[in-house]
Amino acid sequence: MWWRQIFAVFLACYAAAAPALPVLNNPHGPEEAGKKVLYSVFSSRPKHLDPLVTYNLDDSAFIDQIYEPPLEYHYLKRPYQLQPLTLTQMPLVEYLDARGRAMSRATARTVYSRYTFNIKPGIMYQPHPAFAKNAQGEPVYQCATAVECKAYKSFSDFDATGTKELTANDYIYQIKRMADPSLQMPIWDLVSHYIVGLSELRDDITTLRAQYPGQWINLDDFLLSGVEQQGKYQFTLTLRGVYPQFKYWLAFHFFAPIPMEVDRFYHQPGLAEKNISLDFYPVGTGPYMMTKQNVNEEIVLERNPNYHDDFYPLEGDKGDLEKGLLKDVGKKLPFIDKVSFRMENEAIPIWTKFLQGYYDRSGISSDSFDQAVNVTVEGIGLSEDMQKKGVRLNRSLDPATYYLGFNMLDNVVGGLDDKHRKLRQAIAIAYDQQEYISIFNNGRGEVANSPIPPGIFGYRITKDKNHSIEEAKRLLAEAGYPGGRDAKTGKPLVLNLDTTTGGNADSARNTWLMKQFQKIDVQLNIRATDYNRFQEKMEKGNAQIYFWGWFADYPDPENFLFLLYGPNGRVGSGGSGVNSSNYNNPQYNVLFDQMKNMEDTPQRLAIIQNMLAIVDRDVPWASAFHPQSFVLNNAWVSNYKPHGISKANLKYQNIDETLRQQKRAEWNQPVLWPLICFMAFVLIVTIPGYRAYQRRLQRKIQ
Amino acid sequence: MTAYIIRRILYAFPILLGVNIITFALFFMVNSPDQMAQVQLGIKHITPEAIQNWKIERGYDKPLFINSRPGSKGYFSDTIFFDKSIRLFLFDFGKSDEGRAIAQDISERMWPSLAVQIPVFIIGLTVNIVIALLVVMFRASIFELSAMVICVAMFSISGVFYIIGGQFLFGKLWNLVPISGYLHGMDAIPFLILPVIIGVISGIGGGTRLYRMIFMNEIHRDYIRTARAKGVSELGVLFKHLLPNAMIPILTGIVVIIPSLFMGSLLMESFFGIPGLGSYTIDGIQAQDFSIVRSMVFLGSVLYILGLILTDISYTLVDPRVRLS
Repeated sequence: MWWRQIFAVFLACYAAAAPALPVLNNPHGPEEAGKKVLYSVFSSRPKHLDPLVTYNLDDSAFIDQIYEPPLEYHYLKRPYQLQPLTLTQMPLVEYLDARGRAMSRATARTVYSRYTFNIKPGIMYQPHPAFAKNAQGEPVYQCATAVECKAYKSFSDFDATGTKELTANDYIYQIKRMADPSLQMPIWDLVSHYIVGLSELRDDITTLRAQYPGQWINLDDFLLSGVEQQGKYQFTLTLRGVYPQFKYWLAFHFFAPIPMEVDRFYHQPGLAEKNISLDFYPVGTGPYMMTKQNVNEEIVLERNPNYHDDFYPLEGDKGDLEKGLLKDVGKKLPFIDKVSFRMENEAIPIWTKFLQGYYDRSGISSDSFDQAVNVTVEGIGLSEDMQKKGVRLNRSLDPATYYLGFNMLDNVVGGLDDKHRKLRQAIAIAYDQQEYISIFNNGRGEVANSPIPPGIFGYRITKDKNHSIEEAKRLLAEAGYPGGRDAKTGKPLVLNLDTTTGGNADSARNTWLMKQFQKIDVQLNIRATDYNRFQEKMEKGNAQIYFWGWFADYPDPENFLFLLYGPNGRVGSGGSGVNSSNYNNPQYNVLFDQMKNMEDTPQRLAIIQNMLAIVDRDVPWASAFHPQSFVLNNAWVSNYKPHGISKANLKYQNIDETLRQQKRAEWNQPVLWPLICFMAFVLIVTIPGYRAYQRRLQRKIQ
Repeated sequence: MTAYIIRRILYAFPILLGVNIITFALFFMVNSPDQMAQVQLGIKHITPEAIQNWKIERGYDKPLFINSRPGSKGYFSDTIFFDKSIRLFLFDFGKSDEGRAIAQDISERMWPSLAVQIPVFIIGLTVNIVIALLVVMFRASIFELSAMVICVAMFSISGVFYIIGGQFLFGKLWNLVPISGYLHGMDAIPFLILPVIIGVISGIGGGTRLYRMIFMNEIHRDYIRTARAKGVSELGVLFKHLLPNAMIPILTGIVVIIPSLFMGSLLMESFFGIPGLGSYTIDGIQAQDFSIVRSMVFLGSVLYILGLILTDISYTLVDPRVRLS
């Protein structure tokens, strides 16, 4: 048959041409030869890129690669360890009495703590127009009016760039910025409480700004009593009292340096109206600089050509060698030349592009969970498909705690008396946290034995959990609800879970939750509202039982135990109270006050254990768990180790560009036969159609 | 006609004011300035002072509609509504609650929206009309019956299905186009192919049925019979005689949406990662950014009114009997 011959020729041509076909589905632009580029995603637009303003993990993914606070976390070691970043050594801490005399150690008489910082000389900023100077040494860009700046429509219009050396004054300038009320530093309450003179500086700035509204204020002209510059590379910072957790804040971008030149540059008239500000274009000394900032589609970080000497850690944690995390020890950082973050709103394209090799890394959404991993009796492992692709799975427990809490101000479930306590204890026994994790988190989590997550001092490995449902029912009866009914009125006990409306999984989760309470014959009513109404309920103390969570600011038990500290109660705090349960046990509060400023000593551990015993008895939270993050990396990505606290980890990562090119070509060969078949189908349909048309014309003529 | 257009433009002002009031009222019924501040400032460490500062800086510390506080600068003019809405009439969109200039964002994001919407509109319209004419040509045949069944099925399928199905087949299974994303200039073409194909295909069901109905109303008219009697071919009858005479109802549907093409598609842009004005609107709603929401609603209303005026004008162009007065 003639058509068989044609089909055979077609197949032969297709088979001959197919291997040579170019890749058609590459979503990235042409890559520069010899450059290592990492492709990643962001799903929500960064809110702020000013290191003083943002307190958001998503924003940190960008700016923590650009800004360098004095300290950083060791990339590989666990528990988390601080080390100097731009300093020659860890800050020297002195304790002072009321007269300013040095003390050998912190005691009850300690009134101030003085930190001395010694900055490494020779650290240079990234190239930036703020540092560009003319032959006379004056800034190239210094518009007095908006008209003068009219020519600069976008950031790329500033052609000239320059650099400068990092000095002590840059850190001081940033600390002074904390007092600027227009910036609304998120931890203003905390820093103004501790840093001497900061509140007074805010008053001075407010006064001057009222006199000269709309004008830039040079903060170098203001005095901050708690800060003293000792030389070009040294300064001291004085805190009120003793605050050991302060060292952790020194590794946070709030304390990154901002030079006066940068502040002046971005305050030129008319630039803010064109979205040219420090909140959009960061300037730092870090390994990367932002070269493209289009929050609607792509953010690009490129290697800072002026980056100072920085090397991959020489030692790691147990097991790091086997995981290949020590093959680049001692090598100069960073390894990757460019990082492209693409805006992606939907999970499906992210996952597909990861499988195609166009994204180097991906999380695992619930939709793609079964495709990515296998859950067996031995545990969770990569699926066969992923193993074939050479994908690596990185699992890490986040320094976070998600919990099901009681509102302790509620008449039914709240209160510290025996009756209400027993009701909460009964619910805590009935609630199966492990089952919740298995069903609704795909097994990604660990049942919490206390509010403190793993890797943080005071973490409790085990907890007595052998309670039966019978015991829960007995406790319920003792609480005044035998058989789930009020002993006085005979009415069934109906409790309310206040939550936000979510996705499709809500219905299954709600049913499961109701079953947990039914185990002890208690009815659960789900009160789902939108996010704003839910926040309002929490704010006013109208919620009864609720879900909440906390992600560590820093690896210290104080940062978790303060979630149950009475004065941090949510109700009446205006949203700032972190104690969402409004738990207020005087015993616990006293112990917290003792523990919060202690170093990690056995005495501190003993106090923490006492606090946890109180919490175990009072049960302000029915249950809790620590979430586990699963991250997939394609075979060509190396040196990736998740860090629960720090996001400044791109400089350590590496990629094998050759392997990536090879795999992409292999995985993305275009499949043309459906198109050819479609065209053939159109042709086949057209011919009889045309004949039918001709017949129709003939019929009409007849 | 000039007087008519001026009158229509004047009518637009109360409509736009009404739209503004309704948007404003709806938005603030579900969001209070305090909640907006909380969303913008993040989740951790939000102090009442920070919320108050945020509100003062963006003018959300004022009353919504009426300011009877002592020392107010105006009973109506010193309110959130006046500050945020009246300037829109001068197309002064101000800044988003994040601090970005909205006019700048619109000027950047309109191009990707247009890059998708214009081809979808032109190709979609052409395809729909051609298919509808073919159906009319083969009316009362198995072809018409099959085509109508397929059109009803296509019309009944959700737009999301087309998008996800298209991404799966063209982007994932056959590796023919990028599954999502966007680049500028000529590099945008590979990213536009799939959204345009899906935009066109998803519109075939509804479009073909509509135009078929319009054409069927015309096909038995005297002028069609006359054309046939003169010996004009069937294709000539359809394209030269039927189509121009059916233009009024077609224009009613299409001219009104031409200006709105500028606003993009919420669904398409979101799924394909196209940084247009559709996804900008969604971002604004999700972030509870009233400044973006009011600007986009206002702009949408203006463009819709403009579309209606253009529709009226287009009637006079295709049918000389129509006079605007």
